[in-house]
Amino acid sequence: MTDAPHAARKSWMATLAKAPPARLQALMPDPPPHDLLRAPEVGAVMVQGRTGATGAPFNLGEMTVTRASVRLACGTVGHAWVQGRDKAHARRAALADALLQTDAAPATMTQIIAPLQAEAASEKAERAAKAAGTKVEFFTMVRGDNV
Amino acid sequence: MYVAVKGGERAIDNAHAWLAEERRGDPAVPALSIAQIREQMALAVNRVMAEGSLYDPDLAALAIKQARGDLIEAVFLIRAYRTTLPRLTASRPVDTGAMAVDRRVSATFKDLPGGQVLGPTFDYTHRLLDFALMAEGPSDTPSTPPVAESGPVAQRVPHVTSFLNRDGLIEAATPSDITPPDLTREPMELPATRPLRLQALTRGDEGFVLSMAYSTQRGYGRTHAFVGELRIGMVPVKVEIPELGFAVEIGEVELTECETVNQFKGSKTEPPQFTRGYGLVFGQSERKAIAMSLVDRALRWEELGEDFTGAPAQDEEFVLMHCDNIQATGFLEHIKLPHYVDFQAELELVRRLRTEAQAMQEAAE
Repeated sequence: MTDAPHAARKSWMATLAKAPPARLQALMPDPPPHDLLRAPEVGAVMVQGRTGATGAPFNLGEMTVTRASVRLACGTVGHAWVQGRDKAHARRAALADALLQTDAAPATMTQIIAPLQAEAASEKAERAAKAAGTKVEFFTMVRGDNV
Repeated sequence: MYVAVKGGERAIDNAHAWLAEERRGDPAVPALSIAQIREQMALAVNRVMAEGSLYDPDLAALAIKQARGDLIEAVFLIRAYRTTLPRLTASRPVDTGAMAVDRRVSATFKDLPGGQVLGPTFDYTHRLLDFALMAEGPSDTPSTPPVAESGPVAQRVPHVTSFLNRDGLIEAATPSDITPPDLTREPMELPATRPLRLQALTRGDEGFVLSMAYSTQRGYGRTHAFVGELRIGMVPVKVEIPELGFAVEIGEVELTECETVNQFKGSKTEPPQFTRGYGLVFGQSERKAIAMSLVDRALRWEELGEDFTGAPAQDEEFVLMHCDNIQATGFLEHIKLPHYVDFQAELELVRRLRTEAQAMQEAAE
């Protein structure tokens, strides 16, 4: 896998992108000083599906996305592409992406990424458990011909 | 004689002011919030996202509020809004095998790996009005549904068609990475490719697609469809980030996917095997996804070497050129707008023809 070296960054970027904006704000109340390399921009991404789930791609429809790029005082650059139209969300996600490439990484990981991942995992598990509760357990009726 | 007129500005302004008042309804009744519509009218929101072709639950809820619950008007608002957004890129094709399934049923296999998961379905309800919902207050807070003790549904739920595929009993859906055509960028060209048809159907009017699908079941282009699998759940969306050179998950969308398995006796070009129809729709939109897969299959008659029976659902031009409710509404409703000049011309014509007819009759006598 050529993507393997970026596994950690992909993981935190996904976590930040999917974080509820209000929660990310609560976890990052005081963003560090930074420059905007790309001011938060709202746009659309065309979501594609595959014919028959595995075949040729087709255009399913668009989703709203906001992207931003920032530079910390130390020069580290962070990027974010997040679902929705929340510019503050994209800016904070880009900042966290930058911080995670600096010495502040361990603290950022513990204070921001870890709680977001735990919350997302527990929400997902709760939903999966509800789904599993609706799983059909078939049983066979024995016909009583010889009883 | 026709005289050009200007005017109506005051009447239009007043009409819009009244519309705003009527939209709000009785001010003694609390106003709906966007969050209330998003959470409690979720299936309407889903429909507006699917047909508006833009996944954003808050915007769809806003459109429903502004459109007074007229869903086609709401779709119109979303379509208009999406044209203002810059297209940043296209996602990687979503992997529905990685769906966190809320619901997953098969009508063809009882004991399939991953199991039959009913999810929050209307199926098996009695369709009796629940008057408890009419009573305001805490009675509208249902208890939390019980969860399974046997552990959650598997992380990766295999597609039913993949089992049949292993035995060669069903046609394969061969992966490719061809850039699909986009009807929001280029005008639709016929004959269309299957990817273009799927794009048109997924954003097409649910009622239209449903009726087309139903017509195939009643015999107009019959396709002998079974629901091989229907699944609903959240699917991650990955995008190649140009600044980084690798793909990142940027969010999740709720999708409904339907795969039909269709009996097929073989044709001049294809062996006897099961064939497939495919439906994939934004949101929890089960009726639409099933209908889409039936219509997709009916439209594939030529590729599979079947006969064209003249059925509407087999007619690509008929289906694709009439499934979009915004195009249809635009053309239909424009006839209520002033056509004074056109009609004046018609009036002149009918008067002249009558005079001529009368003159001929008199001459004959």
